[in-house]
Amino acid sequence: MNQMQNFTKGFIKENPILVLVLGACPALATTSSALNGFGMGIATTFVLVGSNLVVSLLSGLIPDKVRIPAFIVVIASFVTIVDLVMQAYVPDLYKTLGIFIPLIVVNCIVLGRAEAFASKNNVLSSLIDGLGMGLGFTMALGILGALREILGNGSILDIKFISGDGILVFILAPGAFIALGYMIALIRKIKKHKIS
Amino acid sequence: MAKTESTFKNMALALTLISMVSATCLGFVYELTKKPIALSNLNKKITAIKQVVPEFTNNPNDEMFRLPADNGDSLDIYPAKQNDIIVGYAVNTYTTEGFSGEIILMSGFSPDGTIINITVLEHKETPGLGTKMAEPLFKDQFNNKNPEEFELRVKKDGGQVDAITAATISSRAFCDAVQRAYNTLKKGGLI
Repeated sequence: MNQMQNFTKGFIKENPILVLVLGACPALATTSSALNGFGMGIATTFVLVGSNLVVSLLSGLIPDKVRIPAFIVVIASFVTIVDLVMQAYVPDLYKTLGIFIPLIVVNCIVLGRAEAFASKNNVLSSLIDGLGMGLGFTMALGILGALREILGNGSILDIKFISGDGILVFILAPGAFIALGYMIALIRKIKKHKIS
Repeated sequence: MAKTESTFKNMALALTLISMVSATCLGFVYELTKKPIALSNLNKKITAIKQVVPEFTNNPNDEMFRLPADNGDSLDIYPAKQNDIIVGYAVNTYTTEGFSGEIILMSGFSPDGTIINITVLEHKETPGLGTKMAEPLFKDQFNNKNPEEFELRVKKDGGQVDAITAATISSRAFCDAVQRAYNTLKKGGLI
């Protein structure tokens, strides 16, 4: 697999949300608007790239039996860095995302990539893998957030284009499941089309 | 690269090293972000105070004092003064009656007890429903009303407040927080 494929696989082929359905909890909870989804995606991307980088650097050093705790310490450190930096420089976004920033620690995508990819591959591949996966995650969250914002609130990026309310259910939790379900169905359709 | 063997010594060493390096990095980031975080919190508070009381010449944040609230807790009061004359009080009030957790408001009162303005500092209400309490359509109905004659209860409960459609609980909670601020000022003999 060349590096280009390695990078692009996170977008459609192995998209963490739409194909692997990993990390669905923050994906459903934080995508009530396009901006929130996008912000969450970027924060996760930073953690993914950082943890992939460090884990692939240290993989020879870490004994097998303690690799999971070691990975978690690395991931938790990056998450805390993101948490503090966001609190300092983008307090409004930090407030909306709230508890879901610290919870990136337990996002299965991050640990999943560290365990399945970064610990077995070289630094460059791991870096590109983290970036691709993170941006794929960001893309999925951004689209999901935009979709829910348009349908549920009649606005995009906080700019209203209809007066009054939208279809409220899309802002609430059930709407997240419905929108995500249709997005997954669409991706499966596209993938099937490609193969045949 | 040869894999480090999983002996007790190696495992303890690897984990200790990783933890130590992480802790050092976090210490640095914490020091680096400490000031901006404090600054952004302070700015948020001062912006909120400015929104809810008339123009002032003093520094309400430095003159902050606490008054006991009706439920045994205490509220932060920020007096706004123009040339040493009190022009209003900003009260950092809260309620636990929200639909999902605490709601924190900054409410401004003039010395005669009239509500000047209210702004929402923190809440976890349902997006699209309870979140509407931060919008002018709901919160501005309190402006220039005196809780002495303006009953701080939603119309459903016999009061005079227009509740948000499909968010009566959030509306009730909002009223509860404002009422707490008013009662506290009243009990403290400030209005």
